Amino acid sequence: MSENIITLENVSFTYGKIPVLDNVSLTVQRGEFMGVVGPNGGGKSTLLKIILGLLKPQQGRVSVLGKSPEKGRKAIGYVPQYTTFKREFPITVEETVLLGLLGKTKPWFGYSAAELALAQQAMREAQIIDLQARQLGTLSGGQFQRVLIARSLVADPEIIILDEPTANIDLRVEENIFDLLKKLNERATIIVVSHDVGFISEYVNRVACLNKTLVCHETSAISGDMIEAIYGEPVHMIKHIH
Amino acid sequence: MNFFQSLASQSFLQHAVLAGLLASIGCGMMGTYVVVKRIGFLAGGIAHAVLGGMGIAYFFGANPLGGAIIAAIIAAMLIGLVNLHWRENEDTIIAALWSVGMAIGVIFISKTPGYNVDLMSYLFGNILMVDRQSLLIMAVLDCILVITVLAFYKYFMVVCFDEEFARLRGIRMEFYYLLLLCLVALTVVLLIQIVGLILVIALLVLPAAIAQQFAHSLQRIIVIATVLGMLFTFFGLAISYEPDLPAGATIILLAGSSYLVTLLGTGFFRRRS
Repeated sequence: MSENIITLENVSFTYGKIPVLDNVSLTVQRGEFMGVVGPNGGGKSTLLKIILGLLKPQQGRVSVLGKSPEKGRKAIGYVPQYTTFKREFPITVEETVLLGLLGKTKPWFGYSAAELALAQQAMREAQIIDLQARQLGTLSGGQFQRVLIARSLVADPEIIILDEPTANIDLRVEENIFDLLKKLNERATIIVVSHDVGFISEYVNRVACLNKTLVCHETSAISGDMIEAIYGEPVHMIKHIH
Repeated sequence: MNFFQSLASQSFLQHAVLAGLLASIGCGMMGTYVVVKRIGFLAGGIAHAVLGGMGIAYFFGANPLGGAIIAAIIAAMLIGLVNLHWRENEDTIIAALWSVGMAIGVIFISKTPGYNVDLMSYLFGNILMVDRQSLLIMAVLDCILVITVLAFYKYFMVVCFDEEFARLRGIRMEFYYLLLLCLVALTVVLLIQIVGLILVIALLVLPAAIAQQFAHSLQRIIVIATVLGMLFTFFGLAISYEPDLPAGATIILLAGSSYLVTLLGTGFFRRRS
């Protein structure tokens, strides 16, 4: 259980002249469920995009499964923040999930029976099998998030990375989603970015707190002092009741 | 003689109907991509720049359709690269290419010796003048379009839907985006025969825009848009025949008014339900 699956060494990134990440070193081990928290603009999404090879750091080294991010990312299932989408696009839930097979499936029209079965299984796991014929734009926020999770599952990823998966959905659904992630963690390493420090601490087994630098990097539960260190001011932590 | 009697006996009219059907295949398929990716303005730029290529070919006595194909591909590549790399100035550059292409065309056509009757037919189409050779070129273009779209169906879908995700899955998005634009360019050439390059964008966009209101998957929109394109070109031609109206403009008016009716209709039913 101590295999390093993702390694960042002294990674720095600037947008123009604005530093976003400063000398961040982080390793993620196989089987972990890691939460990444921090204030807006603290570099959380940038960190994910560097791991995914969508952004190149000006300094430092990144490896995913011992390879460059561009090569390693084929084993990553990525769930973006859904605001980047055109949800009125004419596509059904099933078709969206099948797109998760891109890179493995052939480019031409149609899918094989085995590929369709993989999509069925992923949709069953994400509990959206009843929605498979629905058009994407007709789904609620929580349902849509599950579609994106199913799409990331269908290619059987070793790592699943989620960027604010619960940003726009209510608490009840948020718990469901994290319960689903906990189940998926039995076979995949999970990294989840969240603004909700108190909530994710109940699910994850390690938290990386990011505010330009890696402020903390703990396996223990999050304390009020730590939150103060990340956000620079006291924050009322709300304990969610189950 | 009415339209249907003439259709049975006149080969020019049979050619015209066949040209309309052939054009509809390209227009239904590529029009769908233009609508869902919302690149109507971009397609307009390609269409108008095509006159430059047609004018040059005409001046040198070559087949204007060949010049149109070359100009369309060049315009598509230029506009595509601008979209990928100089997005801030995209609007201005497309607008410039739009007019400069036409200006080149007008100059070459005006300097071509002889009677310049063809200019109007390039601008507004002349479906009744489509000859055997043009029909053959149209059929070949259709084959290229259908085969390429079927071969890269998933990639074209994701180019329009979610580029970032596709890039993560290791697909060269820039390449497929440019390829898609080139196919749009070929479709524009296909449609110029029917309605001319001024009206081409309406025929490209309207059938797919109507289909999009009734279908929620890409392949269904493509099929419905193709059928609608066939209906519009056929009945547009039929309506225009007896009163001797310009066929291209009649086709566009038919498509435009159908779009308006479906738009008002779906809005009306949505409000009631």
